[in-house]
Amino acid sequence: MSDMTVSTDWTPGEVPPADENSAAYWDATRAHRLTVQSCTACGAVQHPPRALCTGCGSMEHLTQVDAAGTGTVDTFTVVHRAPRPELNAPYTVARVRLAEGPVVLTRLEPAEPGETGWRIGDPVAVAWADLPDGRALPYYTAPTPDPSGTTSKEH
Amino acid sequence: MSAARGSGVAIVGAAECDLGVTDSSILTLQSQAVTRALADAGLTLADVDGIATTGVSRFSATQLADYFGIVPTWTDSTFAGGSAFEMFVARAAQAIEAGQASVVVISFASNQRSARSRKLGGVHEPWIPEAQFEEPYDMLYPLSYYAMAAQSYLHRYGGTREQLAEVAIAAREWALLNPKAFRHGKGSLSVSDVLGSTMISSPLTAADCCLVTDGGGAIVLTSLERARDLKQAPVQVLGYGERTTNTSFTAVADLSVPGARGAVQDAYARAGITAADVDVAEVYDSFTITAALSVEALGLCGEGEALDFIADGRIRPGGSHPLNTNGGGLSYCHPGQYGVLLLVEAVRQLRGECGARQVPGAEIAVAHGTGGILSTHATVVLGGSR
Repeated sequence: MSDMTVSTDWTPGEVPPADENSAAYWDATRAHRLTVQSCTACGAVQHPPRALCTGCGSMEHLTQVDAAGTGTVDTFTVVHRAPRPELNAPYTVARVRLAEGPVVLTRLEPAEPGETGWRIGDPVAVAWADLPDGRALPYYTAPTPDPSGTTSKEH
Repeated sequence: MSAARGSGVAIVGAAECDLGVTDSSILTLQSQAVTRALADAGLTLADVDGIATTGVSRFSATQLADYFGIVPTWTDSTFAGGSAFEMFVARAAQAIEAGQASVVVISFASNQRSARSRKLGGVHEPWIPEAQFEEPYDMLYPLSYYAMAAQSYLHRYGGTREQLAEVAIAAREWALLNPKAFRHGKGSLSVSDVLGSTMISSPLTAADCCLVTDGGGAIVLTSLERARDLKQAPVQVLGYGERTTNTSFTAVADLSVPGARGAVQDAYARAGITAADVDVAEVYDSFTITAALSVEALGLCGEGEALDFIADGRIRPGGSHPLNTNGGGLSYCHPGQYGVLLLVEAVRQLRGECGARQVPGAEIAVAHGTGGILSTHATVVLGGSR
């Protein structure tokens, strides 16, 4: 998994503590590991983590599995008016469709890259904003070019 | 229309409370809305045995019953955002048909502009998944979510912000005909007015967003049989339908496809109508994109065609498909949970009371609410009896 850092002046707001269903997800973020919840009974993959599988209803077969940390921009918005005073605007929030299927809500950095800014369909890779309590909050940025030339284009 | 269609329930009273900037409490505004709607029907509080409302308190309908000094045999306080009132019509019709209530009042009022109670974010209870997985990213609620839906729609169908602006421009034209509209007398809007307004959450500017005002309204329902003896020409509840799709913004696979479509289809089927029968449509225009998606869900045009469909003045005064004839949430009134005012305007259009903005000969009206972040979708088909 990539462990890149993109320069950002973003300080995330307070993130509520994990509960019994999200503990494994948040624990993995301490090592900058992105996970999704998978059902060993029916194979469904879901996010955010839940007490039951939305595929088959099982409460006994859910486990967090490593995600590739890559995806594509499903849609996004550049926010020009921050909801809390200490937050700098503009910034970009997005829906990213992970390679494993689930959609996550997240932030894209930088807010408006290049001349055109973000576009729907752009490939992205996960990056991490460390939280004061040792957990980390994932956000997404342009993937670093893969020297072997195998970086997938998911347009 | 076949006599077998529709419910045996009618809307017999409709009214707004004071609108705009009222410096009044929620309960004063609720009292205005309910007593005015009852007076419109020729009924009194003593006749009411059913209450459906939200936004009063944790116990909304219970609170209102206490405040009005009545003991209902039926209540509903379901919180589903701005479409709750269209859902309430379905529940109320069923309660009246089942004999659990005889006169139901559906109401809402808010003083959000006077009280400065509207927040841009921080709306999630800390124990729901959105608090851990969405709110840390500082989306404006609900604005940024609709902005993402707009971005998705424009991308998928090749539409432009200029085309989307027509929703706000048309709403303003209607508001200029409605003396009660917040933007009445404020002049027409141009495409450059909308695009040049302050960018809030791209692609939506301030002019793509509904107003923040005080206001509210109420409607009164009873059996069609009893309605025939009352003051007003009854407006029959012909059909209803709803869909509940999401609270998070990651559950829906494709944001450019209206979740509302199923709600509309159910309502049309119950009413025995098609989109071609709709004379006037009142849809929740929380944002320009919400109305565009609703036009599509109502079947007034095909998938992905909403922006082309509205381009030539079709939804403006005098157009072939009158939409949001009071000026809508964009230019008339938006107290949050605007859905009750869709019903008030639909009733008035069917009674022929709308003066300069009256749609001539309107016989079938549709009210379509959208709640939350494209979370809930509810449709009511109403028929006039003039």
